Amino acid sequence: MSILKQLWTAVKGASTEAGEAIVDSQAIRILEQEMRDAKKHLNQAKENLTSVMAEKMGIERKVKTLRREIEEHEGYAVSALDNGNEGLALEIAEKIAELSNELEVQEELLASYTGNVSNLKKTIKGTERNIASMDRELSVVKTTESVQKASAAAAAKFSGTNSSLRSATDSLSRIKAKQQKRSDQMSAAMELQNEGEGGDLKAKMKAAGIVTGSASSNDILAKLRAKRGG
Amino acid sequence: MSKQQTLNELAAAINGTQTEEGSVFTAELISGEVDVLQVVVEDREEFPIYVTLDDSQILCVTHLWKESEVKQGQRESLLDALLTMNVPMPLSSFSKVGDQYIIFGALASSSNIGDVSYEIEVLSDNTLEAIEAVAEFLN
Repeated sequence: MSILKQLWTAVKGASTEAGEAIVDSQAIRILEQEMRDAKKHLNQAKENLTSVMAEKMGIERKVKTLRREIEEHEGYAVSALDNGNEGLALEIAEKIAELSNELEVQEELLASYTGNVSNLKKTIKGTERNIASMDRELSVVKTTESVQKASAAAAAKFSGTNSSLRSATDSLSRIKAKQQKRSDQMSAAMELQNEGEGGDLKAKMKAAGIVTGSASSNDILAKLRAKRGG
Repeated sequence: MSKQQTLNELAAAINGTQTEEGSVFTAELISGEVDVLQVVVEDREEFPIYVTLDDSQILCVTHLWKESEVKQGQRESLLDALLTMNVPMPLSSFSKVGDQYIIFGALASSSNIGDVSYEIEVLSDNTLEAIEAVAEFLN
């Protein structure tokens, strides 16, 4: 089962119980155990990799030595031929054949070790990635659990045991009422301020036609015409 | 810096901050297996915002309603509405933990305090708007 699916099950499992614990703590413990196992496997794989790499280096050395020996013996064989010593040359050639066969075996071995090393490295990287994401997901689940606890405590503090008060829509209505009250208070305060500055009196005089308030465009035009005419 | 230190610093920065409407934020650290910062917006005490830190992210979570508050026969419409709203709603997303519906925002753990307070403010607004939007499906 994928890690995410397991976590999902862990979180969902609790929803059937009408209850407090939102996260199945048993499931979390199991996951934590699985993570510890995964980490152990990872360490084993790393140790494996080290020893496989050491063996691979040994084989590389062997291959190098064999190649050098073959080259050397080829030199000897040529010298023997140059000296007209056919018998010795043939003996050397046999040795070269022996070395070449051995080289072939070792080279095959080296290729398989190289493949092993790259596979192991891939496995280790993948496991590390898995562990990291498991860590992350587990930490989110634990976080959610803590938030759940904190929220339950806050809700109890806020509305006591009366759970009907805790419905989201009721809460929203209460908040809206509070906001309305706040904005009413603000307009009231602004009104008071206006009155304080005499705004209210001016408005009353304006309403009564005692002060005109603002100059009208017609007034201004008339004034300008009078000025031009005069 | 330890997680608790960061949360404490965050609490100090958030405490007393005001929204545009003049509501004041209050932050309080709740210690536990995972430390949780509880942020309360004045006049919206009903929907506290819980802030947590881990290695990869800062999570801001608000609890919305419980499964039991969903009107009978309206669950599918509600879920459809929530999924549809997920993208157009800025910064926040919907989720569920057990039978609890939540709204949350996640930030990179490298975010600065300004980012986090902005996230909290938006989350608080989104909470009210979301409940209003789906109120018809709720009891």
